[in-house]
This record gives sequence, C-alpha cells and structure tokens, in this order.
Amino acid sequence: MALGLPENVFLANLDKLANWVRANSLWPMPFATACCGIELMAVGASRYDIARFGAEVMRFSPRQCDLMIVAGRIVMKMLPVLQRIWLQMPEPKWCISMGACASSGGVFDTYAVVQGIDRFIPVDLYIPGCPPRPEQLIQAVLDLQEKIRKTGTLAGREFQQRTQPNIPQLLPAPPSDRIVAPGDYTTATQRWPGDDRSSSSCSRRPLPQVN
Amino acid sequence: MPIAPSEVKWIDERTLSPWDWLYLPALWEGLSTTVRHMFSKKVTIEFPEQRPSVPPHYKGVHRLNRDEQGRVRCVACYLCATACPAHCIDIVAAPSPWPDREKYPELFVIDELRCIYCGMCEEACPVDAIELTTLYDLTGFSREEMLFDKEKLLAVYDYTVNKGTDAIRTLRGTLGPASEILEQQSAPLPNT
Repeated sequence: MALGLPENVFLANLDKLANWVRANSLWPMPFATACCGIELMAVGASRYDIARFGAEVMRFSPRQCDLMIVAGRIVMKMLPVLQRIWLQMPEPKWCISMGACASSGGVFDTYAVVQGIDRFIPVDLYIPGCPPRPEQLIQAVLDLQEKIRKTGTLAGREFQQRTQPNIPQLLPAPPSDRIVAPGDYTTATQRWPGDDRSSSSCSRRPLPQVN
Repeated sequence: MPIAPSEVKWIDERTLSPWDWLYLPALWEGLSTTVRHMFSKKVTIEFPEQRPSVPPHYKGVHRLNRDEQGRVRCVACYLCATACPAHCIDIVAAPSPWPDREKYPELFVIDELRCIYCGMCEEACPVDAIELTTLYDLTGFSREEMLFDKEKLLAVYDYTVNKGTDAIRTLRGTLGPASEILEQQSAPLPNT
C-alpha cells in the first residue's frame, strides 16, 4: 500500500484493511509436481473445501496469483521454471512449501533434486509430511493468513528484502569425545550446545584433509 | 498402413429439435442438480472446528518416551537412524549417567521436514523409545524450528500423554524387550 512513501511512514489503518483483504482472498498458484498435488486437489474439492477460507481460486497464470503452493519434489531442471513463475507473480506474494520433498528434499537426497526450495525462492510456511494431510494444508493457510494480518506486505516482498536463504547451516566439527555414528556429521542438521553462531552467518567449515 | 474406408465410422452431430433449441431442458437439468445438492447431506469437514479422529496407530509427529522415572527411554543405539530412509535422525551418544544402561542420547534431533513419517524408526527401536503420535496438523514458519530436539520430543510425549490422545503403548519394563533379552542371556540356563 505504502508505495513511494518514506520508510518511516506507515499507513496503519489502511494497511490493516488491505491486509484483511489480502489474507482472505489468497489466490494460489498450484505448483504441483508430485503426490502432494493430489492432496492439494483434495483440499480444493468439496470434502475439505479451501473455499471456506477464500483460497479456492487456483489460477494457472502466475500473473493473477499471490500465493505459490509448491507441492512435490523440484528437480534441478524444473528449478528455472519455478523461479520464472515465482518472478512472474505480482507482489505481495507468499509461498507455502508443501511436503517433505519441497521443504528439504525428503528421501531424495540426490544430485538432481533440490534440497529445499527455500535455497532459491523465499518460503513463508513449511508443511511436513509425505504427503501432508489436507488438514495440514488448511492449517497452513490459516497460519499464513495470521502472518499476513500481522506483517502485511512486508513479508511478501521480493529478494531485495530477503537476500539470505534461511536454511540450516553446516556444523562445526564435533568434540572428539563424543560418539558420532552413523554417517557424516557435516550433512547433519542439528546444532551443538555452545555453538552460538547466528543463523544468518553462512560460514562453511573447511573440509577435513584426506591423506 | 492406411485405414480402410470401410472401417471408418462417421458420427454426425445430433440435430436439435425445436424443444431442444429452447435450452430449457438443459437448464432444468442443471438447476435440478444444483438444488438437489443444496438440500442433500453436506460432505465438507469444517476443519478447524471439526477435527477428524485419526486411528491410534496414526503416524504423526514423533515423540521420545519417558520411562517410569521420567528419564528418556532411548539408549542411543542408532537403530532408528540406521533404519530411517530419509536420514532425518541425528543422535549424539554420551556415556550414561545412570547405571542401568551404557549410553544415552546427549542430542537427539529429528528433522521433521525431511521425515516421511514411515514409522520405520518406531519399528526398529528395541526399547520402544521413539513413537509416532496422532498429532497431524504441524506447520512451521522456518526450517530451524522444525528441527525437533530431545527436549521438544520429550515435550511432545508429555503433551500427548497428558492430553490422552496417545496412550503409552508399551510398558515392558525399564528398558523394553532388549533389556529382557539381556537378562535371559545373563541368567544361567536351567538345563545346564
């Protein structure tokens, strides 16, 4: 709403009205590439009926959408399409990453599958599950509506606002007295106690030397 | 090979009668379907108010069970992390401060976003420490908050047990069936 205004000027009441309108008329862009898309269709059908929350207008033209629901795994060849469609959507826009594959790669930990679409486009809400229940997607839409009511268009901006991916970072080397098995701790996703790095730092641990 | 003209069946468009030209029958047919569905039984589940009842063996959010003394039941054997097809479980074992087991998990982190909720960790666990609950409407605003550590998983246990949605499924002793096997092996066999 506040286009062209200085950064310290807010149109509070008008913005609240716009947020109310935007939250209750989300038009989803269904980017369904796998079995999560079936659950997405179930949400649109009459048993779960996402029309109760004003988000039933699935538009297959990205110019008319303001919510992208990425349902299914995204491979590297599909990624330019995903990014192009995301860039074609007008602002403000939000993104729901639905299912394990879109959120983190899931079981497909291969070279071809994107390990989480939030490395490439900003994601507002994550839904775990393989595939998630339709109730989970409805809950996600409700949570996103709450977020839109609270933050408005500030969180629906483009990459100039969110330049750093908000993803788990690599770990430092574990203390040697701990038992770590199985596998490689460099791909693990936890954080050690006493590890006080901020989440925005992108420092990578140097790889161990192999003799 | 071209299709023989004798095998081709031509279908002509049906000619409309003057009664059909009015489009009133088609209109009446469509409207009757609409009105019939307006007064028939509703199939919609009003989700946030009306929650579906899932079976007790539903595979939802994980939990880490506590034993009778409130400690974590897990013995950090890595069987769940080995059985996991998505490699979403990270365990860091440490020497146990309690005398009845050798190790305990100092860190136990499940990436709920990478998990596919197949339940193989639950099947692999020899001491019935990890279970999948009936919580199904989990969403998250960031990936970091979807990493459930040991305290969070124990909190899920407390929540589900207090709420009564997921009863404790197994009460087979302090450490479960694996410890019972150890006791049988250490005891002298009756025939020797």
